[in-house]
Amino acid sequence: MKTVREVQESMADLLERAGALTRFAGRLLWITPTGFLRPRLLAQQVYNAGALSLGIIMISGLFVGMVMGLQGHDLLARIGSEESLGTGAALTLLKELGPVVTALLFAGRAGTALASEIGLMRATDQLSAMEIMAVDPMKRVVLPRFLGGVISMPLLTGIFVMVSIFGVQLIGVQYFGIDRGQFWSEMRSYVEPADVREGLIKGLVFGVACSMIAVFEGYNAEPTAEGVGRATTRTVVVSAVATLVLDYIVTALLL
Amino acid sequence: MRKNRAIDVSTGLFVLLGVAAIVFLVTQISNREFSSQKRGYTVSAQFENVGGLKVGAPVKMAGVTIGRVEDIGYDMALFKAVVTMGIDVRYDQIPVDSDASIYTAGLLGGQYVGIEPGGSEEYLKNGDQIEFVQNAIVLENLISKYLFGQAIKESPPGQAPASGGAAAAPESPAPTGKQ
Repeated sequence: MKTVREVQESMADLLERAGALTRFAGRLLWITPTGFLRPRLLAQQVYNAGALSLGIIMISGLFVGMVMGLQGHDLLARIGSEESLGTGAALTLLKELGPVVTALLFAGRAGTALASEIGLMRATDQLSAMEIMAVDPMKRVVLPRFLGGVISMPLLTGIFVMVSIFGVQLIGVQYFGIDRGQFWSEMRSYVEPADVREGLIKGLVFGVACSMIAVFEGYNAEPTAEGVGRATTRTVVVSAVATLVLDYIVTALLL
Repeated sequence: MRKNRAIDVSTGLFVLLGVAAIVFLVTQISNREFSSQKRGYTVSAQFENVGGLKVGAPVKMAGVTIGRVEDIGYDMALFKAVVTMGIDVRYDQIPVDSDASIYTAGLLGGQYVGIEPGGSEEYLKNGDQIEFVQNAIVLENLISKYLFGQAIKESPPGQAPASGGAAAAPESPAPTGKQ
């Protein structure tokens, strides 16, 4: 009998969290315009979420691109059309791999940092202290971090895709000796501006989702060391699942 | 103060790099040329069959892309497909008696419109129509013609070997060679 109650309770818990997230998201989006009134805070958070993620994004992008070069060349060599490597890789990267991998890395690098930072502020009563001083922590702490993430994600996606295509080119042209002109012109003739747009829209959607989840988990963390740890873990897990589910939805909408 | 400055500089660098990456993707990776056909003129051609031709397909002369297919419509009066092509303004000396054909790039590649120049002194203007056309080669038709041709050849001896093999094929599978 106990297990039934446990299941019931965890279901109620899940619903409660979903409701809380919705309310939190609504509030955050409502005050979003005021975030741009404090550009200095915003720039600081773009630095935290974006500039500090640059290294991991570029290195991962280079290697993702190089692996795509190897695998793509192997596949296309079997069919006998190696020069399509650029097209295939560019489309895959722009439409799928770029935004998704960037979002997963972003959740791991920036999302966890956001969640643990805000969670620790909660645990050390800094947020309550702000409230006492009549400073709204949603505006002062949460909103700039959220917006910083939202602004950073599309930019990171663009950088990731650019570096990856460079990696593909490195393997395809320099290593396997595909003709450089053919590689680029094939890519250029099949990739449409709409494909770039799709990638950037995805980057933006994932950026909103991952940043929202990170600040929500941090803001609502249990004010203990354990609670902050759990919030950080949950940020990564929920962000990853949300990214993949949203990816399906956005793809279905845009195709 | 110094730390603030370093942060500002790297934030600026990051944003610039991101924007540069996006600009690179839009301009270098994807094909924007001809996509916004502002400066140019349009000509049309009527085909019996456009096959798999799509809007945005290239229009080529001597293998050089001179424009894009802008619209494919169907004329109910003529029972023909009307293909409207936007031609770049640089290529404004196409003789009026040129002929347009629909070709396939490679065996299974995308289809495009090829224009063979004629000998006239007059040139095509905006809104003109190309009179001489050659339709798309529909692979299925070729195959069915070939298959039916074979079938007719292999039909019992004594009957006339279907005249001109291919021509008789689609409507009349049973050889009706002699009445």
